[in-house]
Amino acid sequence: MNIFKIIDELQKVDGDVVGRLEHASRRHFMNRMGSKIATIAAPMAFATVVNKAYAQSAGAIDVLNFALTLEYLEDEFYKAGNAAANLIPATDKAIFAQIGKHETAHVAYLVKALGTKAIAKPTFDFTYGGAFADVFTNYKTFVAVSSALEDTGVRAYKGQAGALIADPTILKVALQVHSVEARHAAIARRLFAVVNASPTTKAWITGKEPLIAAVAPIYAGEDNMTQGGVDITGLASKTNAAISEAFDEPLTKEAVLAIATPFIKKM
Amino acid sequence: MSFDGRKENETFIAMNKIKNSINNSEKEEGKISSPVDRRFFLRSAGLAVSAGALAIACKDDDVVPMDPVAGTVDLGSGDVGVLNYAYALEQLEAAFYTQVIATPYSGMTDAEKTILTDIRDHEIIHRDFFKAALTKAAPTAIIPALQVNFSTIDFTKRDAVLGAAKLFEDTGVAAYNGAGNMIKDTGYLLLAGKIVSVEARHASVIRDLLNPKSADFAGDNVVDANGFDQAIDPATILAAVKPYLLTTVTGANVGK
Repeated sequence: MNIFKIIDELQKVDGDVVGRLEHASRRHFMNRMGSKIATIAAPMAFATVVNKAYAQSAGAIDVLNFALTLEYLEDEFYKAGNAAANLIPATDKAIFAQIGKHETAHVAYLVKALGTKAIAKPTFDFTYGGAFADVFTNYKTFVAVSSALEDTGVRAYKGQAGALIADPTILKVALQVHSVEARHAAIARRLFAVVNASPTTKAWITGKEPLIAAVAPIYAGEDNMTQGGVDITGLASKTNAAISEAFDEPLTKEAVLAIATPFIKKM
Repeated sequence: MSFDGRKENETFIAMNKIKNSINNSEKEEGKISSPVDRRFFLRSAGLAVSAGALAIACKDDDVVPMDPVAGTVDLGSGDVGVLNYAYALEQLEAAFYTQVIATPYSGMTDAEKTILTDIRDHEIIHRDFFKAALTKAAPTAIIPALQVNFSTIDFTKRDAVLGAAKLFEDTGVAAYNGAGNMIKDTGYLLLAGKIVSVEARHASVIRDLLNPKSADFAGDNVVDANGFDQAIDPATILAAVKPYLLTTVTGANVGK
């Protein structure tokens, strides 16, 4: 007897079934998720939390679908890159395999969590309308686009944290994905520095230096020196470069979509 | 090093003041800012100390605010608790990397030194930022400087230093991720968000230094099957960092 499947079925005829269950015995219900089954069950139980949350927080659904759009983008990008013959050198394959694995997992989680509310997967143009024509034949271009996508993902999730403040469960998930994208961004930039012969490029973002000119909009505002309403120029006697590196900046959804749209052939 | 007679005299007077304060304060209850033996602190920080070399300008006033404290410190509650929590962890990281750069491990390459110096600077910036923010927002609740304990870390060995760095960075990420959804103020949440991704970048690079070109930058022991980084509660994090602090830090009400 799979309690979660039953709840799912009930959900179809009674949208408030979880609420009823939780009202009846919240703690008891949640405690059924023993640690062994939690990882498998979590997406489904989580889906019901989200489904239940529909009435309270349509905003959270929008945020999750926005995240899903970007995760689809990254997932398809790495699927293509990892499959491309003679693109990624043997030494670097493990890195991009790991990144791709995470993006696939992110898509799977969001699709399950959103259920019928999940947007369909778009078709993508990773040449960015021709600006990156050799993205899957030239490793330098591939690493540049990878770094740019990851940095964009970090800024996108960060920009949505505030919108999720009323949804602590979803906010926590968003934070846990956000830091993984930051790990990706760091390693991709580390490769970029070598592969693109750019020794001054670091794993962290210095000022608003774009990796390559074409991706300048991704780094707009990263030279920000005002934190918490205070100009922190000179803080700890450190340089502007160091201070700008110490804080990653958010991007609004609109700004991210403006950056991402040329990658989207068809929604 | 040689001192003129007056300087030596001032130092002697200052050390005696501190010694007397320690003797008197040990019996006092609930006093957070007990003076600390400077020599003990400096030794903990790994710096060599010789008799008479303590040319620290002491005024006749009591404890200089930056003196780290032993004893127990509570992080407080609500958003201030979370900020103090972040401040505590950044203090730890800043102190660690300061030591790493002051006494580099054998064979540290130029590239590694650049990376670790950057990280040191970021953590110092984070620490000083939180100190300034808390001083302004919660001047009576801000925690003092914490006394660190890195005696179990062999700073001469690359594996030991990078291993500790990896622990601190992964722990920092997990701590921010675990406390983020307790924050009530969107401004503070955004600040925490701006910092956690930088810690994750640090973690990724340190892990790559330890096992280059592998999946370890975001390894399966830290990123789970859903592609999620860790998110750990304050109590567990504080227990994990306890070995590196002489000050006992409590935080049962962080975010509450």
